[in-house]
Amino acid sequence: MVRDATMGSKTADVVLIVVLSAITVTCILPIWYTLVLSLSSQSAAAAGKVWLWPVGFNVNAYMEIINDSQFFRSFFISVQRVVLAALFNFLAVVMMAYPLSKSPKQFRSRNVFMWILVFIMLFNGGLIPLYLTVKAYGLINSVWALVFVGGAQIIVFYVILTVNFFRNLPKELEEAALVDGAGPWYVLLKLYIPLAVPVLATVTLFCIVYHWNDFFFGLIFMTREQYYPLQTYIQQLVVAVDPSRMTEDQYKRLSELSNRTLDAAKIFVAMIPVLIVYPFLQRFFIHGITLGSVKE
Amino acid sequence: MRTKGFEKHYFIMLMPGLIWLILFSVVPMFGIVIAFQDYHPVRGIFGSEWVGLEHFIYMFTLNETKSIFLNTIFIAVMKIIGHLIIPLLFALMLNEVRVALFKRTVQTVVYLPHFLSWVILGGILLDIFAYRGPINQLLQWFGVEPILFFGRADLFPYLVVASDVWKEFGFNTIIYLAALTGIHPSLYEAAAMDGASRLRRLWHITLPGVRTTAVLLAVLSLGNVLNAGFDQIFNLYNPLVYSTGDIIDTWVYRAGLLNLQYELATAVGLLKSVVGFILISLSYYLAYRLTNYRIF
Repeated sequence: MVRDATMGSKTADVVLIVVLSAITVTCILPIWYTLVLSLSSQSAAAAGKVWLWPVGFNVNAYMEIINDSQFFRSFFISVQRVVLAALFNFLAVVMMAYPLSKSPKQFRSRNVFMWILVFIMLFNGGLIPLYLTVKAYGLINSVWALVFVGGAQIIVFYVILTVNFFRNLPKELEEAALVDGAGPWYVLLKLYIPLAVPVLATVTLFCIVYHWNDFFFGLIFMTREQYYPLQTYIQQLVVAVDPSRMTEDQYKRLSELSNRTLDAAKIFVAMIPVLIVYPFLQRFFIHGITLGSVKE
Repeated sequence: MRTKGFEKHYFIMLMPGLIWLILFSVVPMFGIVIAFQDYHPVRGIFGSEWVGLEHFIYMFTLNETKSIFLNTIFIAVMKIIGHLIIPLLFALMLNEVRVALFKRTVQTVVYLPHFLSWVILGGILLDIFAYRGPINQLLQWFGVEPILFFGRADLFPYLVVASDVWKEFGFNTIIYLAALTGIHPSLYEAAAMDGASRLRRLWHITLPGVRTTAVLLAVLSLGNVLNAGFDQIFNLYNPLVYSTGDIIDTWVYRAGLLNLQYELATAVGLLKSVVGFILISLSYYLAYRLTNYRIF
């Protein structure tokens, strides 16, 4: 790298670091503030005395969550949904990506299927037909609605990502295995899956974050609170307002009526799983998402 | 080498994923016929009467329709511009920093908001920007009257755009940074040898180096002109800001699932899907022609 020692260049360096630091702080500060708020006393929070450090430190909000059976039920539904979705997502993605990574010579219908997938990815019937379909399947209030509807929105994208990765693997590997008498299932299981760990890890982590974060399908497919996944529970109890009418005064008073510390604690707990997988995500996703655009 | 008979296995591998997509993506597509029917939930789509384009004609007589389309396009286009420019500026600034540890730390932190859901971030933002929240308290110290941030129709679209750019700029920076690392250091060394200043090097080496990426991202974002971000707006808006903040997706949700106007909501959703499909296809075509980009 080139180094300048001029005065102007050094000043520029300092300004850069200050500006970049300030921007970076804005990304972490709201999360820190939420944590601080959740650990402060309710009266201090209501009076707006909490800034960057807990005032009247206590864990009452978290104790209250522990006693909130609906919070736990929703948390568990979310966990269940994420585990099932990650599993089905993984199976469907590798099993679709492998045949689709073959050349049209090896698999004659390959391009037809590929275009069907692209069409499915780009076009959808809209919200109401989706809702009525799921209702007709009898999946209202079932966790399977969340697993399968959410999954159908994202797997095509993951399949294409994985297809592109498989296609860039050296052809000689598979040829050698085939010469030794291996079949397609063996090649997929023993050769392609182990080689594709980076992309499959990326895809699985993205899938986990997507399903953990989604609140909307929980909102429309679950008719009762007891079936809500965690994000839907928080959306309904902390964020949602009456969609039909509201005056300015009512809106002003909204924040005064809420229990800020308890809301902050709920939000923070819902963030924890994402914060836990985040370091792993980081390791993989930078490679993962740039893959799709690299061609031979 | 034995590859005959493999195609049968390829089909078997594709089946589970295809069935999943057919059930939850393709079948709902047929539900769009509701838009052309006088839909009766008990009689279903096969027993309901056909009414042709009646709902579409009615749709265009509604004042709301015009306003939700305009709101959607206004917010989406501003977001597109923000998502193109801010990450580029940030990547250029980060690229000039020579302290590796600082660079890594900044990157790690700024990706984080991308992975948090809008339920979480919406909850946090509504609290921070509340009428008596911390931002208004800060403003008060400077003698500014409290502002009802997310309750003011004139401010709402700009707050939505700014908060979305804030959430995503870190993640969008990745692709620019990947392009920047692709520039060979010898170019900078040669330029420095010839006496080019830091700014000149930025202008003549760095910017041309990211031009293709910037063009590609600009073209691909064409597909988002009707996507103003449902999750975000749904978690931030309220009846006070419907005039400027209500978008197609939020309106379809309220009209369809809260007011049970299935046909009208489906018609509006279908119009959005069709236009969106055309825009995305066009953007992929342009991306292919301009930068040789292919999705598979």
